[in-house]
Amino acid sequence: MARYIGKRLIYMVITLALIATFTFFLMKILPGSPIASASKLSPEQRAVVEARYGLNEPLPVQYFDYMFGLLKGDLGISINQFKGANVTDLILSRMGPSAQIGFQGMILGTIIGVLLGMVAALRQNTWIDYSSTLIAIIGISIPSFVFATLLQYWLGVKLEWFPVALWKDGFMSSVLPSIALAMFPLATAARFIRTEMIEVLSSDYITLAKAKGSSGFEVAFKHAFRNALIPLVTVLGPMAVGILTGSLVVEQVFAIPGIGEQFVKSIMVNDFSIIMGTTIFFSVFLIVVILIVDILYGIIDPRIRLSGGKN
Amino acid sequence: MTQNLEKLPKGSFERITVDANQAERISKPSMSFWQDAWLRLRKNKGAIFSIILFTLIVIMSFVGPMISPYEPNAQTITHANLPPKIPVIENLGILDGHGNLGGKDVDIYDMKNVEVNYWFGTDGLGRDMFSRLWKGTQVSLFIAFVAAAIDMLIGVIYGGVSGYFGGRIDDFMQRIVEILTGIPNLVVVILFILIMDPGIVAIIIALTITGWTGMSRVVRGQVLKYKSQEFVLASRTLGASDSRIIWKHLMPNVLGIVIINTMFTIPSAIFFEAFLSFIGLGLQAPDASLGTLINDGYKLLQFQPHILAFPAILLSLIMISFNLIGDGLRDALDPKMKD
Repeated sequence: MARYIGKRLIYMVITLALIATFTFFLMKILPGSPIASASKLSPEQRAVVEARYGLNEPLPVQYFDYMFGLLKGDLGISINQFKGANVTDLILSRMGPSAQIGFQGMILGTIIGVLLGMVAALRQNTWIDYSSTLIAIIGISIPSFVFATLLQYWLGVKLEWFPVALWKDGFMSSVLPSIALAMFPLATAARFIRTEMIEVLSSDYITLAKAKGSSGFEVAFKHAFRNALIPLVTVLGPMAVGILTGSLVVEQVFAIPGIGEQFVKSIMVNDFSIIMGTTIFFSVFLIVVILIVDILYGIIDPRIRLSGGKN
Repeated sequence: MTQNLEKLPKGSFERITVDANQAERISKPSMSFWQDAWLRLRKNKGAIFSIILFTLIVIMSFVGPMISPYEPNAQTITHANLPPKIPVIENLGILDGHGNLGGKDVDIYDMKNVEVNYWFGTDGLGRDMFSRLWKGTQVSLFIAFVAAAIDMLIGVIYGGVSGYFGGRIDDFMQRIVEILTGIPNLVVVILFILIMDPGIVAIIIALTITGWTGMSRVVRGQVLKYKSQEFVLASRTLGASDSRIIWKHLMPNVLGIVIINTMFTIPSAIFFEAFLSFIGLGLQAPDASLGTLINDGYKLLQFQPHILAFPAILLSLIMISFNLIGDGLRDALDPKMKD
């Protein structure tokens, strides 16, 4: 186990170093200057601005400065959007709303998805099963921005149940974005739990439990459900990826001051340092989540051979 | 029952003799893997319906721009922002060219003196939504299919070589894949789109640059599984060359899972294209794809809901039908995986 975690950590560091290097050089060959209205400046003014942000140094020096900064958690400074603000602070200051809607969406989606999947498996091949499968297919198929737009239009504009956009009414503002983000985990969990439950329900120990006279409810919850739930840990990684991807557009649709919205805006205005910082932040987040999920799975279910990627 | 046997009319039964020589006879025609899979697929109503629906959408994406009298990019400013109007259906009270103007329900076509019909309405620049929608579908599907084909090609070759030759080559190639899969797809796609000129080619390259790793892993696993089986050993003992073993013995076995995988790559490529367009990194005007149309429509949702509705419905339909086809094919080609 320790060896496995060690190996994974080494890969993690290599991957992150590659991403950081890759992002750095990509940003350097990008067309357009990071300095807003660069064309209006005289060469002297331009040199002053460049010197302030260290852009006049030779490329290798800039690169190593950047990489050492990263080790200290410093993602550089924003150049044209938020004059001179520290990118790490900018990202951290916007974490709240993103984390809240992401977390709420994940919890909501997983709970409803697990229930749907379980009911579908217990009532296999009935209309309950078919409608739950339909909901799951729709959840996976309809892109989050379409779904977010629909929610905003019906529940926000037409019915006026929730704020249409912005982040001003506390929890109420977070309801619609959370629902929009919940669709993907909901669908994933429902499909996954249904398959797992059906498999578990046909196993010998369930037959034994039934033979010993346990009630249907007891069999379903005490024996089947617990065992079906364990493998759900494996899809937490893809779910986190889905939530993150979704948050970029959902935050855009609902104008939520989160990381995703800032990222998309920075792409529009060529704010290199924020793009780089957010990219690295996202990568660290996803890689760590997937690592935790893998380790967790090995701990919960010792039958899984962790280093078994070969078979 | 038994005591009534004598009462049965004579001649209703005929004595047969069991011929020992016939015991091994196969009474039903033997079926190939693909015939078998087709039989299983045919029973899946959702998948068959989706195949028909998707075929219709593909046909319409080519025929649609042709049967519409307007060019997808032609602007007629005087005909801007018209709601949909379809000749026969308008009598039913829907899609009749009426719209809400200043709180009143009026026939916008009458008001603007428009003699012609726009089936799906027009956008803010007076472009025909019907032909734009199908043209956009064409572009979205093209991007998805090309991206999936490239993923498949690279993935199969990479995974096949890695699995078949094994040893140090495999180790080295797998280390590369492990690092590449560590990089979040979203990050790679956005970064690549940023450095390239926006357009169809840029989107395809961005989608495929790390997209093939999933396929290569699946293919490698399958090749590893099959190459150590007896039929491969037998073939090798008989002196078959590497290329013969790969093409004649391994490929047919791997093909099923390659098809299933591709079927799930296509909807995810369609989604990513739409996603990129929605955050402003997709195709540039005047080119249209489903994603850019949805993005345009989103901005006008309150006033012109039809501009968003049609592409959003079509995109969802394509995604749903593809997921159902993928599920159906998985059950049909790989019965062991079912339930």
